[in-house]
Amino acid sequence: MKYAKLLAATALVASSGLAVPRAQADDLTLCWAAWDPANALVELSKEFEAEYGHTMNFEFVPWPNFADRMLNELNSGGKLCDLLIGDSQWIGGGAENGHYVKLNDFFDKEGISMDDFAAATVYAYSTWPKGTPNYYALPAMGDANGWFYRKDWFEKPEIQAAFKEKHGRDLTPPKTQAELLEVAQFFQEREIDGQKRYGAAIFTERGSEGITMGATSSMYPFGFKYEMTPGKYDMEGAVNSPEAVAGLEFYKELYKTATPPGYTDSYMEQSLDAFKSGQVAMAMNWFAFFPGLYADPDVGGEKIGFFVNPGQNVEASTLGGQGISVISYSDKRDAALEYVKWFAQPSVQKKWWDLGGYSCHVSVLNDPGFADSAPFASDFLLAMDNVKDFWQEPAYAELLLAMQKRLHDYVVADVGTAKEALDKLIEDWNETFEDEGKL
Amino acid sequence: MSDTPIDRVAKATPPSVAGKIRGLSDRTIAWLFVAPTIFLLLAVNIFPLMWTINLSFTNFRANRPNREVDYVGLRNYERILTDGDIWLTMQATAHFLFWTIVLQVLIGFALAWLINRKFKGNDLWTTLIVLPMMLSPAVVGNFWTFLYQPQIGLFNYGISFLTEADPSSFQMIGDVALAPWSIVIVDTWMWTPFVMLICLAGLRSIPDYIYEAAEIDRASKWRQFWTITVPMVLPFLMLAVLFRGIENFKMFDLVVQLTGGGPGSVTELTSINLKREAFEKWRTGYASAYAIILFVTVFGLASIYVKALNKVKER
Repeated sequence: MKYAKLLAATALVASSGLAVPRAQADDLTLCWAAWDPANALVELSKEFEAEYGHTMNFEFVPWPNFADRMLNELNSGGKLCDLLIGDSQWIGGGAENGHYVKLNDFFDKEGISMDDFAAATVYAYSTWPKGTPNYYALPAMGDANGWFYRKDWFEKPEIQAAFKEKHGRDLTPPKTQAELLEVAQFFQEREIDGQKRYGAAIFTERGSEGITMGATSSMYPFGFKYEMTPGKYDMEGAVNSPEAVAGLEFYKELYKTATPPGYTDSYMEQSLDAFKSGQVAMAMNWFAFFPGLYADPDVGGEKIGFFVNPGQNVEASTLGGQGISVISYSDKRDAALEYVKWFAQPSVQKKWWDLGGYSCHVSVLNDPGFADSAPFASDFLLAMDNVKDFWQEPAYAELLLAMQKRLHDYVVADVGTAKEALDKLIEDWNETFEDEGKL
Repeated sequence: MSDTPIDRVAKATPPSVAGKIRGLSDRTIAWLFVAPTIFLLLAVNIFPLMWTINLSFTNFRANRPNREVDYVGLRNYERILTDGDIWLTMQATAHFLFWTIVLQVLIGFALAWLINRKFKGNDLWTTLIVLPMMLSPAVVGNFWTFLYQPQIGLFNYGISFLTEADPSSFQMIGDVALAPWSIVIVDTWMWTPFVMLICLAGLRSIPDYIYEAAEIDRASKWRQFWTITVPMVLPFLMLAVLFRGIENFKMFDLVVQLTGGGPGSVTELTSINLKREAFEKWRTGYASAYAIILFVTVFGLASIYVKALNKVKER
């Protein structure tokens, strides 16, 4: 009997230990941008709270202020965030300035393998220096810039006939950048259902990253590169190559001839507004918004279609997306790491995709049913196969602002030529890299 | 006779302390009174200024506190003064400053002159005119973006009504030629009432007997305006120009909300550019040099202006 009691007591202690992994429950704060996937993450995190006993708080900042707000927080060593789903370009600064906790030992200890995540996302969201096995984040949200269009307009017989008469081919979602321009120009100022419509909503925002993310969606497919030799910062001939110039000229033509009036400073919100209000036939935006758009009662469902960013000389999409990092200034590092451990589980990743988040886990992406699980899922896979990202250097903000200025000056304000804009951009970037001691 | 407060304090002061105070010179007591103010001034104004001057000779970056800081001499100043883009922001600021002041002074003075006349509903009109300056600049910037919207904006529809042009045929904040004027219009709309109030104070300070004397001398209204009204309101007007000049030199919130400095950089005023250098690019040393150049410019111009103002007052 005594032996049985001892066994029962041991079992009780053991089981209580399993049910509550930590003696102390913490209040964790996760910081991210305020957008659709963030709401999905709130929902998903309820399971973490139930399982681990910690309380999750969220600090979501609208995209235009996200970088400013969060980078200031990191630079001041703030303790607001225990976990941060930071933009991919911040990884260099996060690692070199000591904002992010290096996760290698933790991954080894917990058996989390980076081989379980799509290679492109590990490279883009987790590693610094790029491509080395030094991990500062777990891939959390795969994303790329893609396109959606008014399928119902494309299918109208009179529209089909008018397009065929003008271009001698069927009106279909564009497969190349040239086709994209052709289709957008076709819809520009066309009257549909008694209203004047426009071709496409694209990114032209000046203040944060908008026009860079938009223009590179044309420039990458034309052949724009940052360096002649990766890692050497030799930008002459790459940044201002004839292909890069052609890509930038193309984007300007798209902006000038196929966008609604007044969209001189537009980014994600404005693109969504233009589409939802029925102003445009096509719009670019991040895949993250696609589940919400598909569910939209007015323009979603059968009315909407999706396509991957069209190639031209090469297939390429501008990378979005983020990894989740543990902030080194957090007093609750252990609990934050528990969240990362929980989030890395294949079952959680599956739920993440089901709720509207874009998992980067191979068990989700390689699932045979994944491509058919949503109307944009196969395009997402295509996009993630060919993503290209902006500099991820610690001086990324300076590099980005220079590109914002040069592109906006040329595309929107008609200053100089595309070649001059890119030449000046090289001058700006050379100056930055010289200051950084990299040139 | 009851004690005065000073007497009561004197009586309440312990003899030992009173003895010490009695031993202090007037000058020392004066310094004791002024010391807290001087300390605050040093802590809040002078020390940051000195620190900024020090940083302006370095390559310090506030987002890299662990990075080695090198003294770079006058390199930051040289880079700023030879940077064509910065001169463009200076030009944009000069355009904004000049036209807002000209328009606000002209319209503000005209409104003050009209309001100064006694008519029914005078108080109501004054209140209505003053309303815009009571709004937050960020709010004003935001709602004017809607007014300027080419497809639905009331401003475009107003112009369209007057000119019969298509409302969406022009973009106030998206057009390189019109954008600088779009910010001038909004600032003028918002701050003309301020100039009007100062002018009104000036107009109301002119004694009636001066005009009565001019009437007796059979001076025409036109002559009264140029020889009495304008000279006597001029110090007030110059003060308004000084206030608006300083305010608009550091204009930030309204323009950021309205145009974000665009299109391109045509409305990127120096304060917006400086903010980007300091808190987005985090080139703290460079931005410090930039701030010092702006400070010297404003301080120098303001000093010259204040001297001119004093001369006008002495006349």
